[in-house]
Amino acid sequence: MALTLLARGDGLASAQEQLRRLGAPAPWLAFESRMAAAGLAPLAATGVQVFQVNVGKFCNQTCRHCHGDAGPERTEQMSRATAELCIRALAGTDIPTVDITGGAPELNANFRWLVEQARALGRHVMDRCNLSVLLLGPQKDLGEFLARHRVEVVASLPYFQAAQTDAQRGDKVFARSIEALGLLNRLGYGRQDSGLVLNLVHNPAGAFLPARQEALEARFKRELERHHGIVFNRLYTITNMPISRYLQFLIESGNYDTYMERLANAFNPAAAAAVMCRTTISVGWDGRLYDCDFNQMLELPLQPGAPRHIKDFDLARLSGRRIAMANHCYGCTAGAGSSCGGATT
Amino acid sequence: METYYHPKDLAKFSDMAKGNPELWDKFMAYYSAVFAEGALTEREKALIALAVAHAVQCPYCIDAYTQACLEKGSNAQEMTEAVHVACAIRGGASLVHGVQMRNVVNQLSM
Repeated sequence: MALTLLARGDGLASAQEQLRRLGAPAPWLAFESRMAAAGLAPLAATGVQVFQVNVGKFCNQTCRHCHGDAGPERTEQMSRATAELCIRALAGTDIPTVDITGGAPELNANFRWLVEQARALGRHVMDRCNLSVLLLGPQKDLGEFLARHRVEVVASLPYFQAAQTDAQRGDKVFARSIEALGLLNRLGYGRQDSGLVLNLVHNPAGAFLPARQEALEARFKRELERHHGIVFNRLYTITNMPISRYLQFLIESGNYDTYMERLANAFNPAAAAAVMCRTTISVGWDGRLYDCDFNQMLELPLQPGAPRHIKDFDLARLSGRRIAMANHCYGCTAGAGSSCGGATT
Repeated sequence: METYYHPKDLAKFSDMAKGNPELWDKFMAYYSAVFAEGALTEREKALIALAVAHAVQCPYCIDAYTQACLEKGSNAQEMTEAVHVACAIRGGASLVHGVQMRNVVNQLSM
């Protein structure tokens, strides 16, 4: 299994180094200037519809495109005390959706408690699942737990074939993913009228933009059902963000400049107006608040005036906050747009 | 190194508008319409373009349509098969001219 940037001692393990690289003089316009030219800066949130909780960096995989440098040797994990602060903050709002991510969020000791509490508050809960976690011995009842609590599973599967999937996510991950998807299907996930939602996530396995979501979804459905008997609800196409391990891949493979130019040239004002940070608040494993999971990984704090820790959560002040931007944001505004819920236009 | 082809020249394609903007605009409007989703999908059209790029041996087109095929969701296996289609037609085109050769041989021989 590949090592994290941190374990390799790679300078890009540092958020500051990533921001320095992203902000270095380049032929493309700085993102904030591009937004200003489109009449979209300063960009403000329009409310909070999604309460996204990143419970930590521990993961049983080390995917090459991971924007969080997660892996088995990472120890950052959300504590029960911070999880309780999340639930307390959530209870004081009517935010409809709780989106739990990581690392492999299910491997956090407080994951199931968070799910139970959020569901008890009547919120829709999403689990960003790497699929292989469902096959781990101690997690053998995970699928049933998710089904019992009607948790939406958002599962990573970059392609409907092994070569591309394993190149991005690790040796034999495709086979394990198919096995896990079969398990979820047997529980009713992805099946019409079951109410158990199984959505897949496609990230390109290389330095290129994702295909059109509807077209690729149709191919995924046809190929996965034909060859593996797998069914699912929706496919979300997500552009790889030029940060962390994907940034390291871009630089090492000599694709960084062309990829950034590709993103900048594909800037879509409609996608820029619909970016997910405008309706999301992202909570880090240590309780710090961010505009999105990508800003969290770059340690880009909320702009002054907004509370910066879950213990100070204040929905009114967060709802109209100014969004912190840097050049990685081009990843969300290229082409059809990209968000944790796929294309935005 | 001096070469006739420079990868960065692809980005200068629109310089061709400078000589005759009207013709350029007409070409681009036609080009965009050709590659829009129609009876064939955008993905299928990109695969055809990739094959044709190999047939006409245009390095700019090969770069552009390799990227385009990936971004339409095609994989290397499909793209390789598309190139083989171009190869088969090019090879077949040579071979079928052998009939002309045989006609001439027959004409000239006792």
